[in-house]
Formats: sequence, structure tokens, C-alpha cells
Amino acid sequence: MIIQQISVFVENKPGTLAEVLGVLKENEINLRALSVADTADFGILRMIVQEPEKAERILRDADFTIKITPVLAIDLEDRPGNLYEYVQKLGTAGINIEYMYAFASIKDAKVVLKVDDLVRAKGIVNGDDPA
Amino acid sequence: MYWNETMETMEPARMAELQKNRLQELLGRVYRQVPFYRNSLQKAGILPEDIRTLEDISKLPFIYKQDMRENYPYGLFAVPVSEIVRIHASSGTTGKPTVVGYTKRDIGIWSEVMARSLTGAGVTKQSVIQIAYGYGLFTGGLGVHYGAEMVGASVIPVSSGNTSRQIMLMKDFGTTAIACTPSYALYIAETMRDMGIVPQDDTAIKVGIFGAEPWSENMRQQIEQQLGIVALDIYGLSEIIGPGVACECLAKDGLHIFEDHFYPEIINPVTGEVLPDGEKGELVLTTLTKEGMPMLRYRTRDLTTLNHKQCSCGRTMVRMSKILGRSDDMLIIRGVNVFPSQVESVLLNLGEVSPHYQLIVDREDNLDCLTVLVEITDNLFSDEVRGLETLEHKIKGQLHSVLGITATVRLVGARTIERSEGKAKRVIDKRTI
Repeated sequence: MIIQQISVFVENKPGTLAEVLGVLKENEINLRALSVADTADFGILRMIVQEPEKAERILRDADFTIKITPVLAIDLEDRPGNLYEYVQKLGTAGINIEYMYAFASIKDAKVVLKVDDLVRAKGIVNGDDPA
Repeated sequence: MYWNETMETMEPARMAELQKNRLQELLGRVYRQVPFYRNSLQKAGILPEDIRTLEDISKLPFIYKQDMRENYPYGLFAVPVSEIVRIHASSGTTGKPTVVGYTKRDIGIWSEVMARSLTGAGVTKQSVIQIAYGYGLFTGGLGVHYGAEMVGASVIPVSSGNTSRQIMLMKDFGTTAIACTPSYALYIAETMRDMGIVPQDDTAIKVGIFGAEPWSENMRQQIEQQLGIVALDIYGLSEIIGPGVACECLAKDGLHIFEDHFYPEIINPVTGEVLPDGEKGELVLTTLTKEGMPMLRYRTRDLTTLNHKQCSCGRTMVRMSKILGRSDDMLIIRGVNVFPSQVESVLLNLGEVSPHYQLIVDREDNLDCLTVLVEITDNLFSDEVRGLETLEHKIKGQLHSVLGITATVRLVGARTIERSEGKAKRVIDKRTI
């Protein structure tokens, strides 16, 4: 399924992550998934939240630099090899995964992928496109 | 002791007479040959013959760096390009450099004033001089080079950089004099310490002629102690000729301006009014003898004072104090002129709106370093690390091509650069010189 991811620019210094999360907490935005990509100077905080439009507005109002990116979310069976199967299919179809992050709960697991061809990737994952 | 005793010790009244005659000759020449000057004099309602005394120079309009830019590249030349034997250029504020052209005679004048500078610093035919200024479009390297050859010193045209090789040559070739920027001299001293070289014991170096950036008495003491030399200040700018407009003698009590060629005035930078000796203001220079690209009352933007008293060295040439600052926002970083507006022009190319930015200049290991902080905007932001790193590299590459020096580029969060009255503070200069 295609969902909206919110990315926030964070400087690589103490307290910046807490600032973003603090704003979300104050506005009762619940985080579903999160990952941080970082370099020596800055990081990119990527989040999946329940109400992306609201979160976007709130973060912009708080002067954060943000970007909304459509990404692919896949529900995984919580068993060895399931993620491999999806990634393998996408690779065979020549779809490039720019980045991904995964999270597992007691019942199930999910993975969020940023790919270069979102529509085709969705088709492949759903089994609509034989790749 | 003197290279040209007649000129360097000329009685002030005779010097003033010479300057007046040269000024009148210059005015006639530029009025006939340079449309820019003819227009600006006509606009001011002045004919060359209206300038009867040296003091009348204050009636003439100024020329600014902006005028050079508007007449890029050859518009201010007073001779056909075929008479030009050398072209130099310095960095400009909008990407286009400031161009200067020299006739054969101009190169001779330049060599002469450099020879006077070096002789005043104790450089002779017996000296071995290492020129560690950049050679090329920048006037530093070739300017000192021609003067040193005229003196008859043995010249090592090593150019800038590669410090351990500089030190090796200094030891092996028996260098007695060095010309470079003062901050590079300190860097050489530090590198020598790291290499276990004691300049007083391991080299023959005795004197350094340092310029292309402002420096203080405190820095002079550090250089003199660490290298065991006499450190002298030389002043120049390509618009006028290059290094050798003025230079300290061994008395270290002001820089003698070679006023038979470069006529100095100190003005109030706001009103343009000429100020008397001892008062701090902006230095305005007129090239009395230059043929290729004469400058009539050029606003240097450098702040200093003048002193017409005879020096203990015997020279009567007017002295200027070490540069005390700038009347604009130009920075000198590793000897290179940098304007914040140049950085702005690079950032404007990234999109419709220029992001907020800040220049941080610091000195690490005695070398100037420039960091440009750029506030990230929604427009520039990417959710991929690679995207942001590409952006940093792109800005860095464009800054290098516009400024001519390498800057560190750091993306920072929105609204993190300090604002004063709504405007971002553009420059933080942490250097203590």
C-alpha cells in the first residue's frame, strides 16, 4: 500500500531529535514507524504517522524543513524469507530501492520502502504485475 | 639601502611639483583616450586644464570597483590591446573577475617599485628569495618576481602551497628572504616545528616580505619569533598595480607609498571629503604614471592613515599605517578577496529564492578557513542523504569557481542562523590577527 512519509531535516547535534518529537507529542501525533539516516553534519528523520496532513502542518508551523514522500508499505508475514521474496521480485523487475526500514510487533511485521518506480513496485508487491 | 635614492629621498616640495605635472599629463591622456573618464569628467563639469594644483585633485570624481566591472574586460584601457603585454585579474563580486592590463613600461614601473620595496627590506643581489605567493592571474607571484630579478637576487619561483617542499627548498637552496602571506608564514613556522626544523639553525632565512592580507603587530611578533626573521608588511592591489604600491622599510614605522607613481589621499568614506595626515579614513589612489589602465582616484576601501614626516630611514616618501580595516564588507581569506554577495549569487542559482546563509571565517593551524552555513529550505530538502550530499557538493563546487578558494559547506536547519532585525548576520570572522 502506498502511504505518505514525512521527512524532517535535523542537524546532527544534541537535542534536535527531541525538538521534533516534542512537537509531535504536544499535538498528540502517534508515530507508527521511524528511521534516521545521518551524516557527520545532518540527519534525515523519516516517519510514518497516523495523520500525515496534520503532522505536516504542525511541523511546518514549527519552522521545520520537511518533505512528504509517497512510499510503499508492505505487511510481512513474520517468518524467515518473506522480506527476501519481495525484495527479490523488485530487484528482478529492475526497481531500485533507495532506502528502507522495517519494524516488527508481536503479531506482524511491516517494511517501508522508497523506490524509484512506486506504481510498478506496488503492482509487483500486490501480485498484480507478474514482473 | 635605497633602490632609487633620487625619488625615495626627494624633497617634499619637489615631489609635489613632480606629482602635479604627472597628474596633469595623466588627466589629458585619460580625457583623450578613455571614454569612461571623459564622461565622468564632463558629468562633473571639469576639464583637464581646471586641475592647476595638486590639491585640485579633490575636485575629480572617484572611480570604483563597480566601474571596472561595468567596463569589463578592456573598457578602461587607455592604450590599444596590442600595446598590452600582460593581463592580470582578481576575483570579482559577480563571478566576472576584475581585469587589469599593463604596457611594457607599466611592467617596468611595477618592477621598479617592487625593487624599491625589496631593497628597503634589505634584499640585495646576494639574497636568495623564495616567492611563495601564487603565480598566475593573481598579481602576487609575478609582481614580486620581476622586482626581485631587477634587484638581481636569486629568485626561487616556488609559488604557493606544498609546505614541506617549501621548507626543503628553503634549507637546501639557502633562502635568505621569503615573500608570501603572513598567515602562510606562520603556517610554515608551525610545519617546521612539526618537522623538527629550527629556522634559526637550519636555514639562512633573515627577512620576510608579507602582504595580500591585513595583519597586526602581534602577528609580526609571532612570525619574527618563530622564524627568527625580520617581518615586513607590503601593500598593493591589482587595480593599482599589484604588490609594491607601498612597503615597510627596516624601521617598521609605516609603509612607504611610492608616491611618485601612486598618489595617495585619505578620505571620509561617507562624505568623500579629504582628511589630513593622521586621521583614519579610506585610502584613495591615483596612478600617476601607469599607461595601460590608469586609475584616477580609485576607492581602495582600505582604511588607514597617512604620515608625511620623514622616516628615520631617510626616505621622504609618505607613509601609510598598516591597514586598519575595510569600508565595505570584503573579506580577505588566504589572500583572496571574498564578498558575501558572491556567495549569495551562487546560492541564488539554486532556486528562485536564496536561502539564508552565513560565512564563518576562522584560522585553523594558521590557515584561514571559510565555512558557509546554508539554511535548508523545503525546496532544497531531499529525503535522501545522497540528495543532500549532492547539494552540498554542488554549492561547494560553484563557490570554488566563483571565489577561487575552497569552502566547507554545511547545511543547517531552517531559522537556525542568528537574525538581527530580521536580517541574517552574514559574516562571522573569528580570526584574531
